[in-house]
Amino acid sequence: MTLWTRTFGIAAVFLAGIAPLHAADDELNALVWCDHSDPAFLEPFEEEHGVTVNIKEYEGTGVALALLEQSQPGDWDVFVVDGVDVPRIVEAGYLAPLDREGLPLDDIFPGIRDSEIHEIDGELYAVPEKFGYNTISYNASKVNADDMRDIAVLWGDAYSGRIAIYDYYIPLINLVAIGLGLREDGITADELPAIREHLLKMKEHSAMAGDVVSVQTALATGDVDIIAGGGEWATAVLMAEDPDMEWVNPDQGGVRWSQSIGVFRDAGNPELARKFVEYVLNPEGQARLATSSCYWAMPSNSKAALTDEEKSMLRWDEQETFIANSWPYFIPDPELDAMFLDIWTEMLQH
Amino acid sequence: MNRRGLAGWVLLAPALLWVMAFFVVPFAVMALYSVWRREGTQLVREPSLVNYETFLDKSYLLDALFNSLEITAITVVLSVLFAYPLAYILAFLVPRRWQRLGLILAILPFWTSYLVRSYSWLLVLSENGVISQTLVTLGLLSETMSFANSNGATVLGFVHFFTMLLALTIYANLVQISPNYRRAAEDLGASRLQSFIHVVLPLSLPGIMIGAFITFVLAIGDYVTPQILGGNRELVMPQAILLQVQRRADFPMASAMSLVLMLVISAVFLASARWLKMDRV
Repeated sequence: MTLWTRTFGIAAVFLAGIAPLHAADDELNALVWCDHSDPAFLEPFEEEHGVTVNIKEYEGTGVALALLEQSQPGDWDVFVVDGVDVPRIVEAGYLAPLDREGLPLDDIFPGIRDSEIHEIDGELYAVPEKFGYNTISYNASKVNADDMRDIAVLWGDAYSGRIAIYDYYIPLINLVAIGLGLREDGITADELPAIREHLLKMKEHSAMAGDVVSVQTALATGDVDIIAGGGEWATAVLMAEDPDMEWVNPDQGGVRWSQSIGVFRDAGNPELARKFVEYVLNPEGQARLATSSCYWAMPSNSKAALTDEEKSMLRWDEQETFIANSWPYFIPDPELDAMFLDIWTEMLQH
Repeated sequence: MNRRGLAGWVLLAPALLWVMAFFVVPFAVMALYSVWRREGTQLVREPSLVNYETFLDKSYLLDALFNSLEITAITVVLSVLFAYPLAYILAFLVPRRWQRLGLILAILPFWTSYLVRSYSWLLVLSENGVISQTLVTLGLLSETMSFANSNGATVLGFVHFFTMLLALTIYANLVQISPNYRRAAEDLGASRLQSFIHVVLPLSLPGIMIGAFITFVLAIGDYVTPQILGGNRELVMPQAILLQVQRRADFPMASAMSLVLMLVISAVFLASARWLKMDRV
């Protein structure tokens, strides 16, 4: 073997290692949130079909779009994305229409079907798979539970220094708008000064702001007693060790988030991707996804195979009221989005 | 070009290619992005300085830069103050056969994950953590309190890590100083303190400066420690940069802010260049 052939061989191996993902028949490449990486959720699917699911986690649709821009057609099969971002993902041409046949669409909670964002020109592009709330989480042994039913507690001085703010500007600005009674028809630029004023007050009374793990840790270690923007995703996993970890949808209402699943238009393995979507939406898959070790939240399928204890932690019996008294994320247009981020950054720096 | 010159270029080529591929090209792309702009969902590829103007216009973004500089400066000063005595003791007072063990102990913190180390500090500093509980037990605090989620906690996390890094660079410099210099100073009547101030300290400045500069670069660009221990009480530059990217994917603005950070680092490098004598470390 000459030096050149050896060098070429090494280079070929190196390039193969760094080459983009390409779906083999027995591999599925999924761009997802962290709840999909729980082995307890993935392994039943992998064992049933004799395949491997390659997971790429991301945070924030912006990051996912950046990843997609750098990818080649066929790199990805399945996409899990914020429900409210489905229209812009479809508009960008990333998702393929889904055949409704065989999907348990009628079992999905009616209040979260959101056909206006999942269906475009009569075609179904994504299906809600999991949802929850950005409301208020709290330690029931430290605060008065009745106080938590009023959003104004977040900017009042009753619990000054005992509040953690979940650091995601879209739901938190929505939550403040709901507390101020401004959310009926969305949020406008004219309403931002009032929202900004209350965000600054909230910051003054807060102990910290942070991501999911940070605010959970602050509540669990006793650094704070309340999470502004919390919900079942923040406290359900803590309840097993400390039953005082609670969450509630305030009387003024809460913000409802949902995540949806779809198949990429250029999926390298579309048949397997379709099977994965069916698995995620079936009652067993839904129960595993709802109780994923990364975060718990409500399954979108009302027939999810959850135990009574799990349902209790998710406040299953109150869902009808919660769904009725909550608003999906209001997603601003890009110009308003920049204004949202401006007042949020100012609040964090305050 | 003679054969010797050609051989030099050939030997240098891998390093040059590496720097081109992983520094020059990414830097050029970032610089290009920084003069483009994002309008709505579109990337406008027309050169302008609008992102830099936005950064200078918004006081809370400028504050992020000043916060970064403040936290980093405090970190560097404290780390040097802790690291120097440690390195000095290791180099001059610990018997040579124990120095290897001392060095291993010094690098022990590097064996754990940076993320795990930061979260460990969070638990130690929290309201129910060991520090708060100990102070209450000793009667120094009437009730538990949290030391986490503050700039002080961020500085503590940094200093814990960088003290050891600095100790290594200073130690490497100190052991190169011939003991004859100190002996000569003492023969000429200098006290131990005088020989330290006038002989050892000046000769160890390159080790201090290179360690301080590395600490400065690593601390000012760090996202993890301020995010975990700082509690977003006040943003630093890496946090402000990431906010532009996470949801909005405003890479032009994030690139402009990153270049501002690079300019600051370059200015610090130039200011300290006369002491950064790499061959002495």
